[in-house]
This record gives sequence, C-alpha cells and structure tokens, in this order.
Amino acid sequence: MLKFILSKLLYLIPTMLGITLVAFSFIRLLPGDPVLLMAGERGVSPERYAEISAQLGYDKPLWQQYFTYLGDLMHGDLGHSIVTKKPVLAEFLALFPATVELAVVAIIIATVIGVPVGVIAAIKRGSWFDQISMTGALIGFSMPIFWWGLLLIIFFSGILQWTPVSGRISLMYFFPQVTGFMLIDSLISGQKGAFGSALGHLILPSVVLATIPLAVIARQTRSAMLEVMGEDYVRTAKAKGLSLGRVIGVHALRNAMIPVITTIGLQIGVLMAGAILTETIFSWPGIGKWMIDSISRRDYPVVQSGLLLIAGIVMIVNLLVDLTYGLINPRIRHK
Amino acid sequence: MSIFSTRFLAASALALMAAAPLHAKTFVYCSEGSPEGFDPAPYTAGTTFDASGHAIYNRLVQFKPGTTEIEPALAESWEVSEDGLTYTFHLRKGVKFHSNDKFTPSRDFNADDVIFTFNRQANADDPWHAYISGITYEYYSSMEMDKLVKSIEKVDDNTVKFTLNSPEAPFLANVAMPFVSVVSKEYADTLQAAGTMEDLNNAPIGTGPFKFVAYQKDAVIRYQKNADYWGEAPKIDDLVFAITPDASVRLQKLKAGECHLMPYPAPADLADIKADPNLKLDEQAGLNVGYLAYNTTVAPFDKPEVRKALNMAMDKKALIDAVYQGNAEVAKNPIPPTMWSYNAAIEDDKYDPEAAKKMLEDAGVKDLTMEVWAMPVQRPYMPNARRAAEIIQSDFAKVGVKVEIVSYEWGEYLKKSMEAGRKGAVILGWTGDNGDPDNFLSVLLSCASAEEGGANRAFWCNDEFSALLAKAKASSDQAERTKLYEEAQVIFKDQAPWATLAHSTQYVPMAKNVTGFVQSPLGDYTFETVDLAE
Repeated sequence: MLKFILSKLLYLIPTMLGITLVAFSFIRLLPGDPVLLMAGERGVSPERYAEISAQLGYDKPLWQQYFTYLGDLMHGDLGHSIVTKKPVLAEFLALFPATVELAVVAIIIATVIGVPVGVIAAIKRGSWFDQISMTGALIGFSMPIFWWGLLLIIFFSGILQWTPVSGRISLMYFFPQVTGFMLIDSLISGQKGAFGSALGHLILPSVVLATIPLAVIARQTRSAMLEVMGEDYVRTAKAKGLSLGRVIGVHALRNAMIPVITTIGLQIGVLMAGAILTETIFSWPGIGKWMIDSISRRDYPVVQSGLLLIAGIVMIVNLLVDLTYGLINPRIRHK
Repeated sequence: MSIFSTRFLAASALALMAAAPLHAKTFVYCSEGSPEGFDPAPYTAGTTFDASGHAIYNRLVQFKPGTTEIEPALAESWEVSEDGLTYTFHLRKGVKFHSNDKFTPSRDFNADDVIFTFNRQANADDPWHAYISGITYEYYSSMEMDKLVKSIEKVDDNTVKFTLNSPEAPFLANVAMPFVSVVSKEYADTLQAAGTMEDLNNAPIGTGPFKFVAYQKDAVIRYQKNADYWGEAPKIDDLVFAITPDASVRLQKLKAGECHLMPYPAPADLADIKADPNLKLDEQAGLNVGYLAYNTTVAPFDKPEVRKALNMAMDKKALIDAVYQGNAEVAKNPIPPTMWSYNAAIEDDKYDPEAAKKMLEDAGVKDLTMEVWAMPVQRPYMPNARRAAEIIQSDFAKVGVKVEIVSYEWGEYLKKSMEAGRKGAVILGWTGDNGDPDNFLSVLLSCASAEEGGANRAFWCNDEFSALLAKAKASSDQAERTKLYEEAQVIFKDQAPWATLAHSTQYVPMAKNVTGFVQSPLGDYTFETVDLAE
C-alpha cells in the first residue's frame, strides 16, 4: 500500500514539471502583454516599457525566464502578482478555502442526490421517473452556468426573496477568519445567526455548481447499475430470495460504485472549471474568479503558479479517489 | 502581509467595531471590482482609487464635489509665482491622521508628510520607492510629474514650495489626483522600523473621511467614519464595499436591499431601474469621448476633405441609439461639454451622404476600401465597438467606401493601433483623469503624442494646434486658456483627424432613501456626503 502511494507520488513530480511548462507557455502564447494592458489607452513610451519589462524580468529570453521561474519554485517562491504586487501563495491561501467550501458542498449535493436518482432510475428502467430524471440530467448537463445562476438569483432571491443574492455571509456579521471556511468560522465566532446566514448564502451557488456533476453522476450511476443488475451474481442473489434492498444495497450497488467513484473524482476538475463562472455570478471570493481576472490581465506569475497549485490539488484528490477503490472492492486493494 | 497579520488585523478591527454602537448607520456600496491595493500611488484603476485615495486619504487640493474645479483640501491656500514656476502651499493645521492597532500618530499632519508623498514616487533612492517587489508609479510618470517637478522644499512645518521645470497650468489639477494622496511619514517610519513596510499597502493610514477597518480579498472592504475629520464629518457611521463584479447581480442586490448604491448598471437594465418604485437613478454627462481616429499620415486620409467627407457620411444619431441605447450625446468636439473651454459655437458636420459622396469624388477618391478597427472590450465611452463598426460600415457603404472590420486582443489592439503606417481607422476613446482640457487635447492630439508611446492614434500633427496647447499650458490665467482651447477646437473641427462619436452618460442607481450622493464627472465614487433617510 505504502509502495503504491509512493510510486503514485513519484509520478506527480514529472507531471507537475510538465504543468509548469504548459502553464508557463500557455499564458505567454496568448496575444497581449501585461505592461501594455496596464498602460491602457494612454500608451507607454518605449523607454518606460523597457524599464518595466526589465524590472519584471520579461526582457530576458523565454527559456531563461522559465528556468528562473523553476528556480524560484524550488525555493518555494511562487512569485508576485504583477497587478496587486502581492505574493501569489498568500493570495491563493486567502481565496482557496472559499472555493473548497463551495466545491465540497456542491459535490455532496451532487452525490447525495445523483446516486439515489441513478439507482432508482436503473431499477425502474423505462418508468416515468427514469424518463423525467434522465431528461432532467441531460438538461442539467447542457445548462449554461451563467444563465442558470442568474435565473436562480432572479427567482429565489429577487421574486421569492428566500435566499440572499450574493456573497458569503450577511454584512452584519463580522468576525476574524480563522479557518477561511465560513461555515466553521461562523460557528467559532459564536455570533447568533451567523451560521444560518453562511449556510443560506451557500445554497444557490452550490446548487448551481452542483448541477453539471449531479447530471453526470446520476447518468453514470444509472448505467453502472443497469450493467451490474444484469450480472449472474445479482440474479443468483435474487434467486436465493434475498430482499430487494439487500440485493441492491449489498450486491449490486457496491460493485456499481467503482465507476461512479471514478466519475465523482473526475468531477473535481469540472468543479474547478465551474467555479470560475459560479464565483463570478455570486461574487464568491474564490480562486476561480481570481484566475479569470489574472488571465485577462496577463498576470503571468498568478496564472502559472495558480494553475500549478490547482492542478496539484486535483491530482492529489484523484490519488485519494484511487485509494478508496480498495475500500469498496478488496480485489483492487493495493498491496 | 502574512495570513497571520491579516487575521490579527481583522481581530483588532473587530474590537474596534465592538466599541461602536450596535445599530450604527451602515452604508453599503456594491462596488464592481477589487482594489489592487490600498496604497494610492502605485495603482491606476478607478476602483482602487475609490477604495483607497478617495475614502481614506486627502490631497493638497481637491475637486469640488460634482465638478472639476479645484478647492482647498490639506492646503488651505496657495500662491503661484508670476512666471508660473513656483507653487507655495500653506498647509491646514490640526489635521489628524487615523490610528490603528499598531500606530497612533504623535503629531498632526505637516510638510514632512507632503514631501514624503512626492519623494517616494520621484526618487529611486528613497527606501520607500521599491518597498514592494515589482512596484512602479505609473501615474506619477504618465502625468509627467517626474519631468515637471524640479524640487520640493519645506519652508516651515506648514508651508511647502514646489519648483517646476516649466510652467504648467494643469499642475494644480494633477495634485488633486488620487495618486498623490498624502500619506503619513510618521507611519512609514514606524513600519520601516518594525520591518513591515508592506503594511503601508495593507493597513492604510490617512487623513480622509473614513478609516480603514478590514479587507477580505475579493469580498468586502469595511471602513468606519473618521470622527476627527478636518472637513465636514461623514453622516454615516460605517461604510462597506461589497465587491460584486457582475452588473446584473449588483442590480439584484440593490433591489433586495443588500446594498444602497451601485456603479455601472448594464444599459439594458436602465428601463427596469427607472420603473422600480424603490430605486432612483442619478444621471450625468460623463467626462469622456468615443472617437474614430483616421491615420492622417496615410493616403487618402492625409487629406482633410476626405476625412471630413467620411464624417459627413456617418449617421451618429443612429449609432448612439444602437450602440449606447440612446444613453449618450453626439460629440462634435474632442472634449465633452461638461469641461470648461468646450467650444459650444462649433457646428457639427451635417449627416449628408450625397454631399459626402460628391466631396469624395472631388478629392479623387474612388473605390476606397478601408479597415475600421473595433475594440474587443467594453468601456463607458464605447459599450459595443463591434456594433459601432458595423454601423459605420453600412454608412460608408452608402458613399461607396468599403469597410473591413478588424479587431485584436486588447493589449495588441492598443499596441498595433499606435504603429506608424497603420492601415485604417481606429475606434477608441478617453475618460478624463483630472478635468483639465489639456488632459484630453495634449494627450490625444498634440504633435508630441503622435510619437511612439503616445496616444495620438490619428498621428495628427498640426503645428498651429500644438502651439495653442503649449501656450495654454504655460498660462495660469483660466480665461486666457479657455480662449486658446476654443481656438484649438476650431482647428480640430476644420482638420477632422477624428470622427468624434459620442459622450456617454453615467448612471448611478441607488435606493430611494439615499441622500446627498454627488456624482463626480471624473467617475469617482465618494461617500463623505451620503446619508440614509429614516
């Protein structure tokens, strides 16, 4: 087991190296120049341009810039934002908990609803429930997030006034950030009503973010269940006279869960992509919005180090997912 | 600032808040973006200035609310020498800087603070010049303060003398701008001794109407009223910026009562806002211009009559209806009508495709094909450049000119549009920095600005026009300057280096109970005068 984890971790190193190269060149391949974007309509004199470029190190050849970047990384220096002049890591750490909180709640919603819906749809294949839920999943999967988020805001926050429009907590609550997770910090603060307010603010954005993963998980669960339900051992279990609950819960679902868990793991990447739009609509101070702003301003250090951090986290989550297979199916337990 | 000190700051801020009465008057502004930082000197975004320079700081002089006129601020009065080279400022006494958990000022504001404010930007040897890695002072250099200011002297504790290299009338307007907001020298010294210089950018101390309390990145900025403010104290107790980037969401928040005022509504929402009984909409002509700049160095656009003919072929009214949804006025001059020295007597070119066609024929222009460049971004002065280019395309087609619309990524667009020998005409615009006509005319149309690194995208160099600007710049008599700029506008109209398109209107939606908000022609959002009716 330990050997398995170590070998996986070893794989991370060349992958991360590859990501630094991709992130570094990707943002530089985009046309546009951070210094010109900063100067705007006013323009910048050639001397001033040269001065600023030299200060940022952009006058050197690209390969040299890349190796300087790698060298800094080895020292744990992820660079400074060109725009805010602040360290990239500090900005990331300030914003990351908000994204994690949103993503975790979203994936819980997607799993808790998606798996049962998939199971029922599979058992009652062809029923009205199956038809409606799978059509719903198709619509959910193709929903433009931006439009969907705004629609929910207008309906639930505007017309019904059930939920707040945007932000993480009502502005009347003000307490120090201990963990960065608003649900936890609001509890620690001990301020009355703070937790409820934080929860209320989470509902719409997490539902919006959960929409696509929910659709994918429901469909994946359904097809995995259908496949397993046709297996001999399930038929045997049924023939032995086991209750339907036991046949599904113990024999079928457990085996059907392997591809479903893979799917859930893969949704982490989807969540990161979805977070970009969701965070923008709901004024959610997370890393999605941060990356988008940095790309549009060609803030090279933020984009390259931010991508590296996000990719690293997605890979670690996927490694953890790999490990959970063993818990469910002893046959693929790593020795 | 480390995560730890952010938390520490928030914690101490909390202690501060706890001391305030529980149901204080809190005003919430749904701002459109995050500040880049809180030091007003190194940044250039208006959003940053609203959050730092305007709320927390003051300058030697300031713009009278709602105008671009200069009035005393930290300087009670000033004198300009006969030759226009020295400015002597007499500083206000008894002005207190804010305090926070790490700093309590031991003295009032004085001349040292003023000198520190300018020197740290001007002088590369100053330990504060590069106190954050990668920091630059873009406004200081782009307003050419580095070339302009020869020396700054402390005459006594309450008097500062600036000596300039050449007379420059807009100098006073420059020192009213946020980038020269006065910072505390004493605070800087304290931070330097403690080895926490970055806190100048993270935990700002100023003399302004509001004290900084806390900033949660990309989410919320909190301020508290400065009870010791030297001017009229704010009427609200707490000011909160709730950062809300999307315009439709800002409006939903305003409607739901989650904030009191918002900037930049989406043009499509204006009718809805006007119809809402709980909201009101303040409108004002913006200090901006949207234009189409021909390349006056390339045939056939080097002939004024050709440019004039094309201007006459343009139906600007229709363009304003389609592109600005009617929320703009037709521009006939390069400066907006709200600016002093605007020449109202000038007549705009009449929309007359027939006459335009004839003029082109007379000029020997046949089967002309040209590029029109459309910006890839939205700006208040130009909400939809692609649409504008399409309208120009169809207008020009009526006079036999074929238009090909091109666009580039924004940075490329700015760069390529300033390349000598550029083909085609460029859609662009400008929003004033300091309300001085020179900030439009010299920056966009002088001979000097036609050089590389300038912003004269018509590459138009008219000696007579530039001489008038130079003369106006050297005079400190506003009546004389007005006359000179009026004359310059006549030359501009006659030579037509641009098609002036529009001056867009600025809208500020707010809750019905908001009183006292004064729109700034410069597009600043300031809150020392606002109040909430019960």
